[in-house]
Amino acid sequence: MATYKYHVLICGGTGCRASQSNKIIDNFKRLLKENGLEKEVQVVETGCFGFCEKGPIVKILPDNTFYIEVKPEDVEEIINEHVIKGRKVQRLLYVDPKTSEHKADSKHMGFYKKQLRIALRNAGFINPENIDEYIARDGYKALATVLEQNDPQATIDIIKKSGLRGRGGGGFPTGLKWEIASKNAADQKYMICNADEGDPGAFMDRSILEGDPHSVIEAMAIGGFCIGATKGLIYIRAEYPLAIERLKVAIGQAREYGLLGKNIFESGFDFDIDIRYGAGAFVCGEETALIHSMEGFRGEPTFKPPFPAQEGYLKKPSNVNNVETFANIPVIINKGWEWFSSIGTEKSKGTKVFALAGQINNVGLIEVPMGITLREVIYEIGGGIKNGKKFKAVQTGGPSGGCLTEKFLDTPIDYDNLLAAGSMMGSGGMIIMDETSCMVSVAKFYLEFTVEESCGKCTPCRIGNKRLYETLEKITNGNGTLEDLDLLRNLSTVIKDTALCGLGQTSPNPVLSTIDNFYDEYLAHVVDKKCPAGQCKALKRYVIDPDNCIGCTACARACPVGAIKGEKKLPHEITQSLCIKCGTCYEKCKFNAIKIQ
Amino acid sequence: MEKIKSLADLKKKREDLQSGIKLREQGDNIEEMIQVKVAMATCGIASGAKQVMDILINELNKRNIPAVVTQTGCMGYCYAEPTVEVKKPGQEPIVFGYVTPEKAEELVTKYIINNEILEGVIPVNYESIEDK
Ligand SMILES: Cc1cc2nc3c(=O)[nH]c(=O)nc-3n(C[C@H](O)[C@H](O)[C@H](O)COP(=O)(O)O)c2cc1C
Ligand code: SF4
Ligand code: SF4
Repeated sequence: MATYKYHVLICGGTGCRASQSNKIIDNFKRLLKENGLEKEVQVVETGCFGFCEKGPIVKILPDNTFYIEVKPEDVEEIINEHVIKGRKVQRLLYVDPKTSEHKADSKHMGFYKKQLRIALRNAGFINPENIDEYIARDGYKALATVLEQNDPQATIDIIKKSGLRGRGGGGFPTGLKWEIASKNAADQKYMICNADEGDPGAFMDRSILEGDPHSVIEAMAIGGFCIGATKGLIYIRAEYPLAIERLKVAIGQAREYGLLGKNIFESGFDFDIDIRYGAGAFVCGEETALIHSMEGFRGEPTFKPPFPAQEGYLKKPSNVNNVETFANIPVIINKGWEWFSSIGTEKSKGTKVFALAGQINNVGLIEVPMGITLREVIYEIGGGIKNGKKFKAVQTGGPSGGCLTEKFLDTPIDYDNLLAAGSMMGSGGMIIMDETSCMVSVAKFYLEFTVEESCGKCTPCRIGNKRLYETLEKITNGNGTLEDLDLLRNLSTVIKDTALCGLGQTSPNPVLSTIDNFYDEYLAHVVDKKCPAGQCKALKRYVIDPDNCIGCTACARACPVGAIKGEKKLPHEITQSLCIKCGTCYEKCKFNAIKIQ
Repeated sequence: MEKIKSLADLKKKREDLQSGIKLREQGDNIEEMIQVKVAMATCGIASGAKQVMDILINELNKRNIPAVVTQTGCMGYCYAEPTVEVKKPGQEPIVFGYVTPEKAEELVTKYIINNEILEGVIPVNYESIEDK
């Protein structure tokens, strides 16, 4: 049986396709055949390499040669030189602009790889149910180092200097948070991991816990040592059974190795972790509500101060951090704060994990350095918009965030830029929308979520959001007025200013950002009674064009509510008050006489 | 199980694990085996990764191919689940996407046995902390 000696991998991403990668594939297949090499060399089209600006990309295995900007006419040379004579075609290799060296191997071309995996370093790499694989990848080394040094403040300083900010949404500096908790003396303190993850579309934290549970356990122990807590608690929603299972396995293995429990690394430090289950209420991700829920009370937020660092779980000083925040900690200790702070922007260091969803080709989980642009994320990592449609907006920050438009595509992503643009980093959901999305409906979707999830404790959020939702519904039903737009703005501002917790304080953001960025679309709904994206059913009107209609009666017979009247062979007419916009007539008409307005 | 009591203990353990001593003691040398990893997070399992893993193990066993099949977490390519990474001795690992049960069998008969790459290769375009 013949086996292949070489593999030629050719990028089939949208960008490379546009620059003739198809032709390159054809040329390879044809020329290999002509040379009688088709049994020795296999030509394979692959997904996007994520280096579209230097496309088309051709990679040769097993020697991993990476050719850039390949043209169909270069194929002959690659076959003659590389495949037949085993010599690399120098002029098609990437030239490092700094050293003018030719780089043959994509492994040494780090710059082109837009993603950097710190929090996800082990996810998809190790077996999460085997602690040995974690240890083989430097696992628990950071904890050992910290305990050996035995200087909590020194470790806190490292985290402070690294510039790490909370990944749960707020972006509070983690080192500072630990320092505050460490200074509040008490007989018992708690290190809490927030694994509630309630944003629609977000699954970053779940993936970390499922793929690398030990990184969170190790970091919690480090944090516990720094603030003086001997007890760790993980609050996770019961809807994450696999993550819970893997956490339990991991905690069990860590205990067996003595990496949790009494006298860890014979340092005298005790630390153990318990899991607490949430019932899946969004508001329970808010730290005060989370703490009350763990105490067995209703999951309702309370006013801050007192902050958890002063009075947290069981009224003891507690520190709450997000899963992804924790996952960064061991790497910062192992590789140093200088390394970590060299990645990212001035005020946002390191990377961020995003869950890409919506109308994008490569739906999935990515981790990118702060400061990357939305354009790079959407087009180079995400592979562009589905079905070649046009980009319209990207929603970040979930129900607390906003929609960013084309004009923000080149804005570097970090905490401050996203806030300035009227959205926020949030926990990392990123939903991409194309031209067929109606922005009023998008705002309505998020408000529906908030109304459902509001705990009802304070009036602005409980009643205000309901009114926002009703007003949006009125607009999408075609009954909105210009006054309604003012009402949306004013009410939003009041809710933001007066709600008790973060949920209410941010819930109007989807409304405000869509009004700001898509005012024309709101106007079209209220003034022209039209939905430009064609999504709002109530605003659709089916009408018959009398010039095209031949009076075949097909539509009238198909209409389920008898809304179409007309004499045979004469133009028909749709009675709008009866029409339920089912679209049946539109499909039946063979004469293109029915139009959607 | 033996407890790890110090940084030195941990270092020793890590070195043992990294050089695969443990595995060699058991008679296997992992570096000379084909390593297959199946992404088994919620997304992978939902699209059939468990079945795929069973098929891979069966097909490899049936043919007496020395290979280790393990589960791992989400590789991030949710659009292409189930995803499987195959590393042949001395070669770079290749990630295959869209590995349906039918393709799982082909992965063994075509790529692992016959070195023929299947469609759905996902180029790995991220840096790991070791490279940086
Ligand atoms: C309504 C609401 C929901 C929240 N949900 C989460 C969540 O699911 N996960 C999370 O880590 N933080 C969530 N937060 C933020 C937490 O209150 C808290 O700031 C965070 O866990 C702190 O961790 P960090 O500093 O590591 O980000 C939420 C906040 C609000 C107001
Ligand atoms: S803002 Fe909403 S969720 Fe927060 S306390 Fe008030 S009612 Fe509850
Ligand atoms: S199906 Fe078309 S052509 Fe026939 S009656 Fe209806 S609108 Fe006129």
